[in-house]
Amino acid sequence: MTEVVQLSGIRKSFGGIHALKGVDFVLRSGEVHALLGENGAGKSTLMRVLGGEHLPSEGEIRIDGLSAVFHRPADAMQRGIVVIHQEMALVPDLSVAENIFLAELPRLISWREMKRRARDIIQRLGFDIQPQAMVRDLSVAQQQVVEIAKALSRNARVIVFDEPTAVLSVQDAERLLTIIRDLRDQGVGVVYISHRLDEVFRIADRMTVMKDGTTVGMVEKSAVTIDDVIRMMVGRRLDALFGEDVPREIGRELLRTEGLGRGNVVRDVSLTVRAGEIVGLGGLVGAGRTELVRLIFGADRHDAGRIFVAGQQMRIRRPGDAVRAGIGLVPESRKDQGVVLDMPIRVNATMARLDPLTNLVGVVRRRAERQAVDALSDQLRIKASSQDAPVSSLSGGNQQKVVLAKWFHAEGRVLIFDEPTRGVDVGAKTEIYSLIRRFAAEGKAVLVVSSEHHELFGLCDRILVMREGRLAGQLMPPDYSEEKLLKLAMTSNANAA
Amino acid sequence: MSTVTKPDTRRLDFGDLMHRYGTFVILIVLLAVASMLSDVFLTQRNLMNVLRQVAATGLMAVGMLFVVLTRGIDLSVGSVSALGSVVSAVLVQQMAPGLAIGATLVVGAACGLVSGLLVAFLRLPAFVTTLAVMTIARGAAFIASSGQPIRMGEAGQTITAFGTGFVAGVPYPVLLMLAVFVVAGLVLTYTRFGRLVKAIGSNRDAVRLSGISVSRYEVAVYVISGILAAAAGIISSSRTGIGSANIGVGAELDAIAAVVIGGASLMGGRGSALNTFVGVFILGIIANLMNLANVPGYHQQVFMGVIIIGAMLLQYGSSFFRR
Repeated sequence: MTEVVQLSGIRKSFGGIHALKGVDFVLRSGEVHALLGENGAGKSTLMRVLGGEHLPSEGEIRIDGLSAVFHRPADAMQRGIVVIHQEMALVPDLSVAENIFLAELPRLISWREMKRRARDIIQRLGFDIQPQAMVRDLSVAQQQVVEIAKALSRNARVIVFDEPTAVLSVQDAERLLTIIRDLRDQGVGVVYISHRLDEVFRIADRMTVMKDGTTVGMVEKSAVTIDDVIRMMVGRRLDALFGEDVPREIGRELLRTEGLGRGNVVRDVSLTVRAGEIVGLGGLVGAGRTELVRLIFGADRHDAGRIFVAGQQMRIRRPGDAVRAGIGLVPESRKDQGVVLDMPIRVNATMARLDPLTNLVGVVRRRAERQAVDALSDQLRIKASSQDAPVSSLSGGNQQKVVLAKWFHAEGRVLIFDEPTRGVDVGAKTEIYSLIRRFAAEGKAVLVVSSEHHELFGLCDRILVMREGRLAGQLMPPDYSEEKLLKLAMTSNANAA
Repeated sequence: MSTVTKPDTRRLDFGDLMHRYGTFVILIVLLAVASMLSDVFLTQRNLMNVLRQVAATGLMAVGMLFVVLTRGIDLSVGSVSALGSVVSAVLVQQMAPGLAIGATLVVGAACGLVSGLLVAFLRLPAFVTTLAVMTIARGAAFIASSGQPIRMGEAGQTITAFGTGFVAGVPYPVLLMLAVFVVAGLVLTYTRFGRLVKAIGSNRDAVRLSGISVSRYEVAVYVISGILAAAAGIISSSRTGIGSANIGVGAELDAIAAVVIGGASLMGGRGSALNTFVGVFILGIIANLMNLANVPGYHQQVFMGVIIIGAMLLQYGSSFFRR
């Protein structure tokens, strides 16, 4: 077991944000090394440094003990390092074989030779995929196999898997774990990034835990429990993260769906959320949670079922309808959907309700707007140089607060949060939790989608669990445990709702 | 490492400055060069001449700016201006000039509406959609004029008077263009419409998910562009008193060039009326300069292209070479 990769004192800043603040990481050949940490801890950035996508601002990369500088991914690949990202880097309109050999396609392609070699590699992985099939037509699991085949075709000695099972079904995830074990036994060094701790504990030999851009520690699997690891990741006891709950009075029903659905993605979902209540939506990635809340908000159009707000049926066909009905959505992907990055905080904060700030000819009343935004900034404690600063200049946590400000300003009755603390540092997390609670305490209904289970447990009055587009069941406080949630989320014959 | 970073950041600042104020730098350089090359350049008469030459382009550039801000493009403006020119010349024979102009603008609006509806609601690519509308409008202009130039004559006197008249040494068409630029600037800076147009170009999804009906704004910018293109057509024929289906060929490219030289991003969200005006002015100066310097017509086209590339390099090049 030799040390193939040694990263020491790696630092990386983007603009003023320090994503990595001096990280050490060591990978041996023939081990599965899990890299753990909350979203935004810097795992992916670290692996991008290793994979040659980012040049570190400081620090050293050693491969086989020799110092290396990677200016581009090709440099890293030449040394046998391949990073497989969540968003896969395949060309959908080329065949499997072409994708596998994309980087080293000869000038003149011998199809027979290429197909034969592609078939060899895929079979070595224990799969049966036609080399001439178009990647577009493959399932996600098959595409992942192609990615791995691509890595093997380049004689990869180090393969980094970034959340490989997040998009896979349970069976496919099992097969992937088997492949990874085989790779390890063949002497490949595997870095494994995953949020599923039970899975990590089954496959990893050692684990490195990261938090806020630094390494918290490196441990042997046999020496720790899941709880130990969570404590290392979060950096404090869980209940401290969530702070005091405010007293909330659960009132009348504010949001109700009946048989809501869209194609196969969301099927027959009936749920209610009351005033003052915080309801969680749990489940695996791909279970249809984001899709469900997008239906409620009108971002996508539902083809079955009905939506009621405060007992009244609402026709919600586009987001504008939902906003008028008093529904707000803090979307999953903040930068793509939550904020207009290049525009000022002020413009973003008032965007969902400009009417009261606009005169008859459509001119925005600047002074009134400034006062409104000042009040919001105070209330949400947005840290910014000025309300005219572009949102892109803010930290992730403050950007998210701008999205919250938008919906506070819109004064709706129902607020839906999709992964509210993704990419947000720990301090801002606590603030966002308390804002969510305050919103509920004002007699509003809150629905929270989260893939971080402890977030659901710490925040929600009850948790609805989705599986394959349906509600699979509900958890109430005494039953809050990772196993119970995963059982509902993963097994097909658990007690239905 | 740290020694490498320092000059790097300084160069980044320079690139950033050029990106932001490059348009004005180019204008100043051109003015300086022009006044050295020619004694007549800086006379009021010549400058007014420059502005009058670009009045029609200026109107189209304003429409183009709105479209480009939403991350779209309108290739039909040149053809729609030809249609506007022909339609106004035909209609002015049959009705009061005010009505004829109004009806012409409605025709322009209709062209924009077609593009806008297809782009905003059916999500067709703006490039191809407006390319189609471009050939349709050009064809319609030829049909309406039977391929012949149409004299406005007696009936069109009001229009030709506008095209050739002055106020305090400033031609009416120039006044109109300046007014449109000022209004556009005010709309973009102070109104909800302007703000949301920019926001849509910058991040359509985020604006839609704020509950705003993005499509309506998208349709609106194409309608504005259509109206201004038709107006540009009237301006063009107002000087000669002739409506022609042959005007405005390639004018969409001038409008796009002006918008881009003005620092607007074809990826949407960034651009201003003032900068676009400077962009239009720059194009006018270049053409004027070459006339004053007796550069032959065909050579002028080549020079024009080279100068535009040079201007773009000045604005964007520094960030490219930094890599």
